[in-house]
Amino acid sequence: MPQIFHHSTNALAKVTIYGAVFIAVALLWVTAELNRSSWNTGQWVERQQPVQFSHKHHVGDDGLDCRYCHTTVETSATAGLPATETCMSCHKQIWAESTYLEPVRASFRDNKPIEWIRVHDLPDYAYFDHSIHVKKGVGCSTCHGRVDDMPIAYQAATLQMEWCLECHREPERFVRKREKVFDMAWRPENKTNEELAEGRSLVKEYHIQDANLLTSCSTCHR
Amino acid sequence: MRFENPQSAIRNRNREMDDRHINFKLMSQYILDHQDDAGDAQAESRMNGESRIIGDADIKPAVAAKKYWRSLEELADAPEFREFVSREYPQHAERWDDPVERRSFLKLMGASLALAGLSGCVFQPPEKIVPYVTQPEYGSPGKALFFATALTLGGVATPLLARSNEGRPTKLEGNPDHPQNRNANPGEVGSSATDIFSQASILGLYDPDRAQTSLFRDEARPWTTFVGELRTALDGLRPTQGAGLHFLTETITSPSLAEQLRGILTEFPQAKWHQYEPVNNDQAHAGARMAFGQPVNTIYDFTKADRILSLDADFLAAMPGTLRYARDFAARRRVSDGKNNMNRLYVIETTPTTTGATADHHWAIRPSELTKAAAAIASGVGVGGVAGVSGETSVSGLDAVARDLQQARGRSIVIAGREAPPAVHALAHAMNGALGNVGQTVFYTDPLEVNPMDQRQSLQELVNELDGGRVKMLVMLGGNPVYNTPADLKLNQERLFKAELRIHLSQYRDETSELCHWHIPATHYLEEWSDTRAYDGTVSIVQPLIQPLYQGRSAHELLAVFSPQYDRKPYDIIREYWQRNPPAGGARAAGSRQEAGAGTGAGGSRQEAGAGTGAGGSRQEAGAGSNQQTAGTNPQSAIRNPQSEGNPQSGAAATDFESNWRRWVHDGFIPNTALPTRTVSANVAGVAQALTNNQQTGSALQIELVIRTDPSIYDGRFANNGWLQELPKPLTRLTWDNAALVSPNTAQQLGLQKAVGKKGGDVWVDTIRIGSQGRSISGVVPTWITPGQPDGVITIHLGYGRRLAGRVGNGHGFNAYEIRTSDSPWSINGVQVERTGEQYVVAATQLHFNMEDHDFSKEDRDIVRATTVEDYLHPKHEEHGEHHEGSMYEPFDYKNQGMGYAWGMAIDLNNCIGCNACTIACQAENNIPVVGKDEVIRSREMHWIRVDTYFKGDNPSTPEATHFMPVPCMHCEKAPCEPVCPVHATVHSSEGLNDMVYNRCVGTKYCSNNCPYKVRRFNFFLYQDWETPTYQLMRNPDVSVRSRGVMEKCTYCVQRIQSAKIQSELEDRKVRDGEIVTACQAVCPTDVIVFGDINDPSSRVSRIKADQRNYSVLEELNTKPRTTYLSALKNPNPDIREV
Repeated sequence: MPQIFHHSTNALAKVTIYGAVFIAVALLWVTAELNRSSWNTGQWVERQQPVQFSHKHHVGDDGLDCRYCHTTVETSATAGLPATETCMSCHKQIWAESTYLEPVRASFRDNKPIEWIRVHDLPDYAYFDHSIHVKKGVGCSTCHGRVDDMPIAYQAATLQMEWCLECHREPERFVRKREKVFDMAWRPENKTNEELAEGRSLVKEYHIQDANLLTSCSTCHR
Repeated sequence: MRFENPQSAIRNRNREMDDRHINFKLMSQYILDHQDDAGDAQAESRMNGESRIIGDADIKPAVAAKKYWRSLEELADAPEFREFVSREYPQHAERWDDPVERRSFLKLMGASLALAGLSGCVFQPPEKIVPYVTQPEYGSPGKALFFATALTLGGVATPLLARSNEGRPTKLEGNPDHPQNRNANPGEVGSSATDIFSQASILGLYDPDRAQTSLFRDEARPWTTFVGELRTALDGLRPTQGAGLHFLTETITSPSLAEQLRGILTEFPQAKWHQYEPVNNDQAHAGARMAFGQPVNTIYDFTKADRILSLDADFLAAMPGTLRYARDFAARRRVSDGKNNMNRLYVIETTPTTTGATADHHWAIRPSELTKAAAAIASGVGVGGVAGVSGETSVSGLDAVARDLQQARGRSIVIAGREAPPAVHALAHAMNGALGNVGQTVFYTDPLEVNPMDQRQSLQELVNELDGGRVKMLVMLGGNPVYNTPADLKLNQERLFKAELRIHLSQYRDETSELCHWHIPATHYLEEWSDTRAYDGTVSIVQPLIQPLYQGRSAHELLAVFSPQYDRKPYDIIREYWQRNPPAGGARAAGSRQEAGAGTGAGGSRQEAGAGTGAGGSRQEAGAGSNQQTAGTNPQSAIRNPQSEGNPQSGAAATDFESNWRRWVHDGFIPNTALPTRTVSANVAGVAQALTNNQQTGSALQIELVIRTDPSIYDGRFANNGWLQELPKPLTRLTWDNAALVSPNTAQQLGLQKAVGKKGGDVWVDTIRIGSQGRSISGVVPTWITPGQPDGVITIHLGYGRRLAGRVGNGHGFNAYEIRTSDSPWSINGVQVERTGEQYVVAATQLHFNMEDHDFSKEDRDIVRATTVEDYLHPKHEEHGEHHEGSMYEPFDYKNQGMGYAWGMAIDLNNCIGCNACTIACQAENNIPVVGKDEVIRSREMHWIRVDTYFKGDNPSTPEATHFMPVPCMHCEKAPCEPVCPVHATVHSSEGLNDMVYNRCVGTKYCSNNCPYKVRRFNFFLYQDWETPTYQLMRNPDVSVRSRGVMEKCTYCVQRIQSAKIQSELEDRKVRDGEIVTACQAVCPTDVIVFGDINDPSSRVSRIKADQRNYSVLEELNTKPRTTYLSALKNPNPDIREV
């Protein structure tokens, strides 16, 4: 009875087995990459807003402080969005006739709020608090990127849990002096030894709790 | 080879053909049967109707050493009880035996599979952020605001502080600044206690079944049309000065509403104002008239009372001022901190109550004997002329009670219940007089009601007018008289239709609205301006938290239509009333209530009520010791701290009305409005005379009926409140139904039995027919064998059997009003009772979540521990020490973690009165769903904190003692739930919290299986209502809303912990002791639950845990629970032998 399988079939079988492993790993890799991609996370995606508001113009060119509009960032969980009244305090005088600003004027006139599209949307089961992060020396740009360079706001970070944990595990890599929190140009991460040493001393000075506690589930999930 | 019988082959083929159409009923039956084979034959026999039945004969103590038991099954140690507790979920909890048809089954399965697959992959739609157009001057998004308001029930206010998240009221707690809640020590924060009704009223606000538009003959009409038609109809009544115009209201204590009514009565002198509410003060007022010749309001000061005698008074649960009384009473039972003069409570009651359960001595007697027993004690304490009345009572030991009371002259209280007959009230007044308590512990004021009238008589007059056809216009403000009037004075369709125009204002389109021309939807108290009075008369301004959700109108608005200024706004009505009638200064409340500095909050405009942090912000300065250093760093505490406030009299601004008004609204009460105490003297001879005339003769063989309001849904007005319906009633642990309570002996007499079904919670009970004076209850009356119920007495509760309550309340229970008569509203002597022979399934949680599983430990253990105060202060023998079994692991170092907090809780069983407020508070705070009767039967209720009832002793008829035990998650340091989770969904935080991570949970339920305390709850289905928009408004935004397939449990209110921690770190300090108040702790009227940092030896919780009464439940399992208990204490009278 002749052999059913030729010798070369062995090689084919081996390739298939290794290939299967490779394909499985490749699939996992593709899934992981897709999961982290901006297609899934919304990172880098510019959101069209009802008013073409440019942070680049207001922060970068005009030099407005973040807190002029995001008033509750130091006291509340949410940074707060400015009331139409805040926009109008300037735009009654400047660009008062601009067609770009018609929705703002309409909102003020009709007492109807502007409906902005949320750019940074954390899942509802994650309870982020702006005030405590600002207090502990986490800069705006650490999470939000160079907002002063964004004509249209987009999400600069992935906002995935692994990204949160980067800092919650090693806060010394990211903290900065409190007076630099609103400094957009400050370095986004402490990399050199001196910078890390400064980070460590700030962690101590600001009583930033240790990684055990910062990575406890109930720190963010309630 | 075998040849098949051709006939059987055909049968087989037929069966195959049948199988193509799967019969799901058969299939479930098949599965059930096979499950039974694995188990014992017990459960199977249940289906054949021959289940093991717990009759009285079985209730013998099988385990002699068992001191405490939760249910009769446990006392009997029945095999099915053992079977039941050894299973994590009851045997037949699966939904297979549900008659789910194939199509809907497939539909459900298909939908859930599709959702399970897709829900994880769906991109969230873009969210919108909608800022204000003009920023309000106070508050910031993400921070809760707190506003003072008040709930009125039965005419008496519960002062409240409501939390508002972005304009939505989400949680209610007691107003700690109100004189009722204020601490005797002005430096300390007052109590934020509430009862279950105020807690659950938040669900009432968002109830989608509330009436939404004005209806005329069931057609929607605008309010303006109503105003027009009413004004026209009124013009028709003007020539006759309003003859035929009748108002029917509930008990009214609101001064401004009363003024409006009086104004109308002046304009229409022939108009009549009737008051009727099923729970009223008729008995108390009649008693006062007997003793003093006039109605009075009685106020008690339990802080000074060493000996208390309750004559059927459930003063810890159901009475005006109950929260204050419970707190003062509990304070005198605390023996820690060097105080050891514990008070002693005697209770003589006609049906078991939580007050009776708390008592040191209690007697359960027939209602017909109550007057005699009261008279016996009265003659013992020196009330002359009543000795003859007592005759022979079957109650022994009363002479010792009388002696004990006499030894505490001026330091005792005799208190008669709202439901007790007038004679008992009169005797209580006489006893307090004879014991010198009046002016010491007992105070009299004018009645709270603006127009105290005998409501029975008032209703009688209305019925007479109706029967005579003389009613032209009947205006019913609130209430539901068609449902809740007594059977002999029923406002039925026949009577009501004789009124030419009928108008009903109520929150629901109920049984009464149905028979009215006009139905006007009423506003919820969180939507309206009003005023009301607390139990001592202190006026509270009711302040709205939200615009009316629907087209609701308040009673003020409706009454304004009758006046010339028919479009006056309620705000103006209230404000102008108080502008015209400012409180007379100097009126002092009874006792020391007002001394804590009347008029707090100098310069407080409304928004300051909200200055707290999200977590119980108003209690931040609880640590009196650390006040000095903290006042500077925390501006909020300075505002709320009475000590640091300026003298309210200083500053000329305080005198003008505007600033006063703002302060009243901000503080939630008007200072100095407590009713002044009056001096009245009891006419003892008159009492004795009246008693002799009133002597009842009742055969002792007759069955007596006791009627009470339902502990959960009151008189029926809360029937559509799912939280309250699903709340296990204290003592019976029944949900979703009312039942006729019978004693074990009476049950045997009547041949009544009960049997636990397969699902554990489905208790099959016999039903009875109850008839009296030719009337009978039409619905099914299930019975419930109740330990401690007096023999020969059947207790039924009002409030059920609603036909038009709403989707939640319809069709549950039977209507006790069908048999209630106006002349004896609370008890009927001589009712006819017979077994129907039919059974009914009630959902009782008594057997659920037992901690008695013998698989965990063979030791016989005391879940509940109790001792007497004598033994505690002078221990005779060595207590066996705590188990300290070593662990192979290094203990976790909780001291050196960040700020070094270790959260823990202590629960003092000595003072738990079983009021259930914690359960509802937890439900409101933590977005806990309602599951419904069917699911409760399957042991699937979701309450994170349950209150277990334990009875003591061998005799189920007369339990020696009753104890309540609140059981939240124990947050074990060595938590058995954690290692068994395959996906790390439950893990430990480094502050010792047993965290539950909903998003990791895949629903294996292993954790729950391994939890010895049975505190984990699983979402078997999508119990949360994600669709109804109003419920979305209601939820606490700081707590995740759980979905199907997820385990959940008590988190120690981690959202409050985190928010307090964040606040403290923003202020560069540690969390203060008392800053974090869990939801259950906040509302506890008796301060049983204490939460805090156990790493801090000076914290209150550490000090309490250092008490020698402190113990861990199931400590031999070495779980090291963070929640520990303090054993209960009783203070028995050595002269009274145990009955």
